Amino acid sequence: MPRTRVEPRFTVDYLSILDSDGTLDAALEPDLAPEQLATMYRAMLLARRLDERMVRLQRQGRVGTFAPLKGQEASQIGSVAALTPRDWMVPSFRETAAMLWRGWPIEKMLMFFAGYLEGGQPAPGQRDLPITIPVATQLPHAVGLAYGAQYKDDDAVVMVYFGDGATSEGDFHEAANYAGVWHVPVVFLCQNNQWAISVPLKKQTHSRTIAQKALAYGFPGIQVDGNDLLAVYAATKEAVDRARAGEGPTLIECVTYRLGVHTTADDPTKYRSDDEVKAWEKKDPLTRLVPYLERKGVRTQGLEEDIDAEIAAAVERFEAAPAPDPVSIFDHVYAERPPHLERQRTELIARLAEQEPGRRSDSGVDGARPSDDGETVSPPMRGQRTTRR
Amino acid sequence: MAKLNMVKALNLALLQEMERDDDIVILGEDVGVDGGVFRVTEDLHRKFGGKRVIDSPLAEAGIIGTAVGMAIYGLKPVCEIQFSGFAFQCFHQIENHCARYRTRTQGRFTIPMVIRMPYGGGVRALEHHSESEEQFYAHIPGLKMVIPSGPRNGRALLAAALRDPDPVVFFEHKALYHAAKEEVPDEPEIMAIGRAQVDREGRDLTLIAWGAMLRVAREAAEQVQTEDGASIEVIDLLTVAPLDHETLVQSVAKTGRAVVVHEAPKSFGPGAEIATALMEGAFLSLEAPIRRVTAYDVPFPGFAREKATVPDVARVVTALRETLAY
Repeated sequence: MPRTRVEPRFTVDYLSILDSDGTLDAALEPDLAPEQLATMYRAMLLARRLDERMVRLQRQGRVGTFAPLKGQEASQIGSVAALTPRDWMVPSFRETAAMLWRGWPIEKMLMFFAGYLEGGQPAPGQRDLPITIPVATQLPHAVGLAYGAQYKDDDAVVMVYFGDGATSEGDFHEAANYAGVWHVPVVFLCQNNQWAISVPLKKQTHSRTIAQKALAYGFPGIQVDGNDLLAVYAATKEAVDRARAGEGPTLIECVTYRLGVHTTADDPTKYRSDDEVKAWEKKDPLTRLVPYLERKGVRTQGLEEDIDAEIAAAVERFEAAPAPDPVSIFDHVYAERPPHLERQRTELIARLAEQEPGRRSDSGVDGARPSDDGETVSPPMRGQRTTRR
Repeated sequence: MAKLNMVKALNLALLQEMERDDDIVILGEDVGVDGGVFRVTEDLHRKFGGKRVIDSPLAEAGIIGTAVGMAIYGLKPVCEIQFSGFAFQCFHQIENHCARYRTRTQGRFTIPMVIRMPYGGGVRALEHHSESEEQFYAHIPGLKMVIPSGPRNGRALLAAALRDPDPVVFFEHKALYHAAKEEVPDEPEIMAIGRAQVDREGRDLTLIAWGAMLRVAREAAEQVQTEDGASIEVIDLLTVAPLDHETLVQSVAKTGRAVVVHEAPKSFGPGAEIATALMEGAFLSLEAPIRRVTAYDVPFPGFAREKATVPDVARVVTALRETLAY
């Protein structure tokens, strides 16, 4: 019996539309109106400025550990912009830009990184999952959401974000395999930023690309210049349209770079060179857009002041509000609080009253628990009590 | 003798054991070039090279699973799981294989490996970075579960874990890494796994703690001794499993009262096992119900609220006074 080839040769495309020198491939240019481009550019700039502010706030001890996205703005905004509000967005922990685009208020991002889980509560009806920290564990959730959409005959698409490191985890491979087998409407959006903390891509995978991993699971994968807003948008729009049309999952590998630290607890000088960072700074996703946008008549100058004022106002509101009630740690453990938790909660209230005589706990007293279903109670913000009384 | 913090002391144990035993390899995320996110493996990559200090791909199941294979082949892997909250992605490898290979092969293959994990709260960390999950590992037959309380016993217990014929889960409390420096002997020092230590002698009550809770226990004991004149015996558990019944029972047979402090949630936690062991071993000596001061039975809250649930000195003092007055 001869040895025969059972599969044709696989191919993986690389898409670049607006390169770092500002050269445009007009034949591939996506159809984006100047107003859309203006909104996207402002969102990228907002993410960049907030990112820088968050790092400063962390250094000052006003928020905890933070994972900056600097350098990945095009990967996030170019992809998330292809979704509609009825689609689902599933972030990992570096998706500040995508989350802001989806309507997460700056205050909630501040809350999350200041150590309040209220920052992870989506607004009623918001089709986003919260920040997920254990790497790759959110990927199967996205496939399950997509199965739900298919089951309910809903034309929603699910987009899930993760990094190059996540593709080493079993959860990535299990999620991709399920997505292929179930042929569900999910877009796997990998931001390959070259470094998983100190581990470079070449120690993470021996594959030539991350995109090609999709081929093993029976669906397409494409590599794009992740610092090119137009390429990311074009590739993602195509994947989202395919998913919505019932043509199954896609893996998009955005080739980008984490210009900053992994988190504010990291020191990248231990493991990578300044020259490498400088080379990537020349490919900054924002700077290459400016001449392109100006040619389109989109304003790019003088936006910082307005954006910084928006951020400053949010920081001010966040810091002016009183801290949420510690007793609320008992509020969302079960639909109904079991007796042993009731006893522990009573103990905490007594302890707090001892520390602060006259104190009253406003959290979920007398069974008036805040709702877990997100339908009737607006999400609690810093200082906003959650009781129905 | 040198004054070392816990990070440096653990690093010293790894260095000396690796010099002594060529079969020891370290693997984990960022343990090589970066020296570990807490720097416990600092400089070991430079000294021993990438063959012995392996920057693994980002996959916890891969770390533990490949280490099982290495251990069967005769190596002694030291795995680092970057934060204990991420160990659920390798829990099946730990439970199904690390803990059971000796039994599964009726003693033919054994797994002499160490799984190091930073654990515990109090360091303003994000979700899944502050939990205490010693109960899960302590509950698994075939595993040993060790938690040092300071630099010197951390170094000596880690060295012991590396020489142990069975898999050892070794928890390092993040809040202790830089908390204090202690004199650590230059020569290798080994402490027995499975033995608790009387940290402070007393007559009226036995207070049992481990990891970062030992400091809380010491302070509470001091306060009650100063303010109430009661004499509190503090026991540093050091090994959660196998539990040192002898030391615990001897102490409570003398004092008649016991309080257990742990950072893990209360229900089905180590405190329940310890209380039952004391009931079984010292029932007729007991003058009061055994009390537990623990985290509440809630998922670990965001760090802004961790003080509400992690035991503090005031809570332990209250429990001590109530138990003494019973």
